[in-house]
Amino acid sequence: MTDRVAVIDHSALVELVGLLHAEGYVVVGPTLRENAIVLAELDDGDDLVSGWGVDTEAGRYRVVRRADDAVFAHSAGPQSWKSFLHPARRRLLSTDTSDGDLTVEPEPEPSRRMAFLGVRPCDLVAIGVLDRVLAGGRYPDPGYTARRDGVLVIVANCTEPGATCFCVSMGGGPRAPAGFDLALTERVDDAGHRFLVEVGSAAGEELLAALPHRAATDADLRVADDDLADAAEHMGRAMPEVDLRALLVDSRESPHWAEVASRCLACGNCTMVCPTCFCTTTEEVTDLTGEHGERWQRWSSCFDLDFSYLHGGEVRTSRQSRYRQWMTHKLSTWYDQFGSSGCVGCGRCIVWCPVGIDITEEAASLTALASREVGT
Amino acid sequence: MTTAAAPTHARRPDPMTPVPHRVIERRRETHDTVTLRLAPTGSALPPFRPGQFTMLLAPGVGEVPISVSGDPTATDGVLEQTIRVVGAVTRALTGTPVGGVVGARGPYGTEWDVPSARGGDLVLVGGGCGLAPLRPALLEALAHRAHYRRVVAVLGARDPENLVFADQMARWRRRADVEVHVTVDRAGPDWPGRVDLVTAPLAETALEPARTVALLCGPEVMIRRCAALLLDRGVPATRVRVSLERNMKCGIGHCGHCQLGPLLLCRDGPVVPYSAAAPQLAVREL
Ligand SMILES: Cc1cc2nc3c(=O)[nH]c(=O)nc-3n(C[C@H](O)[C@H](O)[C@H](O)COP(=O)(O)OP(=O)(O)OC[C@H]3O[C@@H](n4cnc5c(N)ncnc54)[C@H](O)[C@@H]3O)c2cc1C
Ligand code: SF4
Ligand code: SF4
Ligand code: FES
Repeated sequence: MTDRVAVIDHSALVELVGLLHAEGYVVVGPTLRENAIVLAELDDGDDLVSGWGVDTEAGRYRVVRRADDAVFAHSAGPQSWKSFLHPARRRLLSTDTSDGDLTVEPEPEPSRRMAFLGVRPCDLVAIGVLDRVLAGGRYPDPGYTARRDGVLVIVANCTEPGATCFCVSMGGGPRAPAGFDLALTERVDDAGHRFLVEVGSAAGEELLAALPHRAATDADLRVADDDLADAAEHMGRAMPEVDLRALLVDSRESPHWAEVASRCLACGNCTMVCPTCFCTTTEEVTDLTGEHGERWQRWSSCFDLDFSYLHGGEVRTSRQSRYRQWMTHKLSTWYDQFGSSGCVGCGRCIVWCPVGIDITEEAASLTALASREVGT
Repeated sequence: MTTAAAPTHARRPDPMTPVPHRVIERRRETHDTVTLRLAPTGSALPPFRPGQFTMLLAPGVGEVPISVSGDPTATDGVLEQTIRVVGAVTRALTGTPVGGVVGARGPYGTEWDVPSARGGDLVLVGGGCGLAPLRPALLEALAHRAHYRRVVAVLGARDPENLVFADQMARWRRRADVEVHVTVDRAGPDWPGRVDLVTAPLAETALEPARTVALLCGPEVMIRRCAALLLDRGVPATRVRVSLERNMKCGIGHCGHCQLGPLLLCRDGPVVPYSAAAPQLAVREL
């Protein structure tokens, strides 16, 4: 019987990647590429970023060299696990009409099992949101479920939330309570560089057993508890403490939308980086004969004008209606449609907005306007 | 190795893969509208309920939502769909000759729930191509005619040349057990019928509001006006049902295009009680 909670060092983390490869997993984790910490397939454990943190603000992202070798001391980067579970572009099927009949060949489902190394607690919640949207309804998306089923999840709890993080406001927090195979909490101090490992499944237990580790002491547990409690107190952002779901529905006719629209470029960056934004469109491509066709799916954005196209014109022509759609969906109508919030507080949309529009600030402005209305 | 974190989802038939169908009949309704009868070349789609739609694929061109306009009591697996040309996909679909092939997925969405009107009066109001999804509702009511008191159909079009299902309409008009009112917005001197908005005959029809179920389909302005009139006359908003249209790319709740506030219209619609639709339709550009 292995320990349910143990401690491993940095070299064991590097070893873990090899172990996962040996088990046949494609391992995806944080690496440093072109001045950003991006999620990518790891060739080996040394591909993991180490010694880099990030400095984020509205409309700003910068990697910064750290004094230590910490692996997970950075908040959400430009992509999320969405890229691996719900790819930005994929072929859905091919059609052939060359013999006068229609043959439809669905795209073979991917069979590579993935291990996600370094999943942030907010991103774990986001994966759960995607599960409900793409696999939880009456018609599970076969491509999504094929990618998702069997994914091994190794969480990295957050000891250093970023300036744009607000997972605590969204009901989550810097510590994942469940839903992982292994959860790591990193600590670098005089006693060395180490990771507290919590086991969440039989698969996680097997992995831990195969790695050099020691049992966690009460002191180890206390340090991790304190670090994570401290992180929860140091969120860089917060949502106003109101019923956001009601706020957004009640604010449909708010004058504030016009104000946001005067800044928003409708570029759609916020939807692309958001770990839960799932919208797609389809495109057909054919060869010259027109007999061989392919149907592709790609991410699309509610900020695109033609997103709401009906013959005769678009429904959401104004920019303000499109920003309203996005923010209302994230914080309010998502509950009606899928039973939860569509926002997990990762802060990506704030960081990657070219003009620094901040969903927490917009929510605060709407709250202020709503209370003024009640007051008069 | 089993992973606790990952759910294992049941594998069901692929909801994204169209099922091949052959055009076995092609009926021209108007200058721009065609009804296709589509027979599956292999296994058929599950039976549809009136008000539901399919995603029809013109191979290599694209896929669009189209209501099923056929007889819901038929059991031959043939899909009947009435399509108006407005763009590339609808042009390709309507241009498919007899013997040609298309793909179909579905049926999707909510139904009119015609049986909920049993014991009472059923009023159907359709404008333009809005007749297509109402036809199965009328056929279902007529197949079980004894269960309903009055059956009233108010049908409108821009002009006589744009009236769909003309033959069938003539047959319905000859029946004593269904009241059919046909109006057009404008017509030449040889039009024997009425020139008016559909709201006019609707306003004149004797109603027992508490026992009425009304089904509305057509342009959004028409829907709003007719619903307002029915509500004015005392029909409860929960008994007025409307069929709504938004851009749809998937039909199965995954693409996000068909949102109308809290509703995903491919899943929570297209048929929605007016009580749920009205608050959304009241907001511009929602
Ligand atoms: C639930 C439902 C039922 C429908 N039933 C019928 C019917 O029975 N008969 C009929 O003729 N038409 C029906 N329509 C409308 C039909 O789907 C559109 O006319 C069609 O999508 C236009 O495609 P297009 O490529 O020919 O035109 P384009 O104008 O070139 O459209 C380009 C794309 O925009 C989207 N789009 C444009 N208009 C609509 C629209 N009104 N609704 C949804 N997506 C749209 C489609 O994805 C389309 O591929 C229905 C629409 C919905 C939502
Ligand atoms: S809306 Fe913004 S903060 Fe919320 S989950 Fe999406 S990207 Fe993260
Ligand atoms: S809010 Fe920012 S990121 Fe989102 S569409 Fe507007 S400008 Fe682009
Ligand atoms: S049509 Fe794709 S979500 Fe409704």
